[in-house]
Amino acid sequence: MSTDRLAVRKTYKLYVNGAFPRSESGRIYEVTDAKGAFLANAAWASRKDARDAVVAARAASAKWSGATAYNRGQVLYRVAEVMEGRHAQFCDEVAAGEGLSSSKARAAVDAAIDRWVWYAGWTDKLGAVLGGSNPVAGPYFDFSVPEPTGVVAILAPQRSSLLGLVSVLAPVLAGGSTAVVVTSKARPLPAVTLGEVLATSDVPGGVVNVLTGDAGEIGPWLAEHDDVDGIDLTGAPAGQAMELERLAAGGIKRVVRPPAEEPDWSADPGLSRLTPFLETKTVWHPMGL
Amino acid sequence: MTHALDPDAPAAEIPPRREPLAPYRDVTRSDAAFRAYLHGLPGVDQVGAEARTAVLGTRSIKTTAKAWAIDTAIAMVDLTTLEGADTPGKVRSLAAKARRPDPTDPSCPPVAAVCVYGDLAGVAEAALAGTGISVAAVATAFPSGRASRAVKLADVRDAVANGADEIDMVIDRGAFLAGRYLDVYDEIVAVKEACGDAHLKVILETGELVTLDNVRRASWLAMLAGGDFIKTSTGKISPAATLPVCLVMLEAVRDFRAATGRQVGVKPAGGIRTTKDAIRHLVLVNEVAGPDWLSPDRFRLGASSLLGDLLLQRQKLRTGHYSGPDHVSVD
Repeated sequence: MSTDRLAVRKTYKLYVNGAFPRSESGRIYEVTDAKGAFLANAAWASRKDARDAVVAARAASAKWSGATAYNRGQVLYRVAEVMEGRHAQFCDEVAAGEGLSSSKARAAVDAAIDRWVWYAGWTDKLGAVLGGSNPVAGPYFDFSVPEPTGVVAILAPQRSSLLGLVSVLAPVLAGGSTAVVVTSKARPLPAVTLGEVLATSDVPGGVVNVLTGDAGEIGPWLAEHDDVDGIDLTGAPAGQAMELERLAAGGIKRVVRPPAEEPDWSADPGLSRLTPFLETKTVWHPMGL
Repeated sequence: MTHALDPDAPAAEIPPRREPLAPYRDVTRSDAAFRAYLHGLPGVDQVGAEARTAVLGTRSIKTTAKAWAIDTAIAMVDLTTLEGADTPGKVRSLAAKARRPDPTDPSCPPVAAVCVYGDLAGVAEAALAGTGISVAAVATAFPSGRASRAVKLADVRDAVANGADEIDMVIDRGAFLAGRYLDVYDEIVAVKEACGDAHLKVILETGELVTLDNVRRASWLAMLAGGDFIKTSTGKISPAATLPVCLVMLEAVRDFRAATGRQVGVKPAGGIRTTKDAIRHLVLVNEVAGPDWLSPDRFRLGASSLLGDLLLQRQKLRTGHYSGPDHVSVD
């Protein structure tokens, strides 16, 4: 009986502004597993989807950057909790997409969930570690605080579809910026599921916008967009990174250059991904006058 | 009905009623005749109007046509600030924006008018002298219109004396909905006379008129009374300018010109915030009223935040990349 059941073939959508719209272009593409077998259809985002996502991220920025660090930490921890409930689904998708054994896939999902917890712990410690009072030669109380950059475009890693994605996304959120993520083109399903997790956790709509599609197509539009404050080029196609950096320079964006080889994401990330999308504000307060 | 502002009003001679244009000369001879005429206008097919605007709204306007539409829309904007917190400084900065909407691009056209409350018309006029940009002032106890006629007319005269070239009046919706059409008519005629040389825009406040049939009746009433423009809304009531309402009003001005030869303008106001909305309205104008209305003399867009979005889209077309709200001025 059960073997006769028709498969429910899924066509996933984008995650923009807390909702799941189809691509404005109406395009979809087939997602296959590591061996080439059909998995699902995914929306193929266009430049206009990217534009809408930036508008949503900008609108969400005030609330997210204005939330207390303590609150942001709680929200990020909640993401880990909801992911934990979908553990098996993530394992299946990572194993199918990346061609990993089930034990390796489980390790990757565990590490991804732990990464949310790790960054959730960082939100209210950034000020103490990266800021503080500065000794100055003058009658001033001088102190520095890290502030969010604003709207950050992320070209997510092409190979590590979940751990890599979380490793580049979570630090941006922990710092208080909002994100437009272009997922791995060939392995978008864990990102789609992460979008569903974010929609059902406490992350406000628009803080994370997930676009499945081609980083090489959407990347230049995001790099050149005047309302994007920073761009992470980790998943940029080889050979295009230089051009994207040039475009990003036009609007004076923060840029994270892509590594030569996709790194081992299970390594301890340290602060290397938190600091690029934080701006240091220094206040000189007159005293003793 | 005595009033402090106009104690002689009851004693004053009531001027003979000004008659409408040629074929409609006798429709205002009595309240009953006027009601019979307005209720005899063909009914509006609401479903049809919505379907037609939905179809026209999907029309795709791209590249050079879009560039033309954006510049045309900018030149049609009545840049508006109607807040209790308005100050002379805010009006002056709005006037500066009206003259040069995009300071980074000299080819960007100025807007059609700046729309303010009557007491600030003088400030706007001084800031816009010699630019060709009109000063529009709202009057007649805007936005509710709930004041005696003497107060309303004094409001109009005051705005005109302050330098307003255009007066935006509100009709008495209470009287209109109660069926006292001749009262509404007489009031518009009186305001038109008080305007002198200033153009008169008649705000129907369609959000309070409930049905499209009423919108058609109010449009004809305002045109017969001598309004130079019919305007959808004050912007203080939701829903404000919707496409079906605009469609009915454009049909009215088209039919009115065919019947009388006088061309009346249309001004949707309130709720038009994006370039897409503005272009949908332009498509509607072209398809319903005709290209004769695609000029700032005949069609205006009452808006405040719309201009910012038009400028962003204009910058996108000029530079080839998306612009951000940091790149246009905030009013």
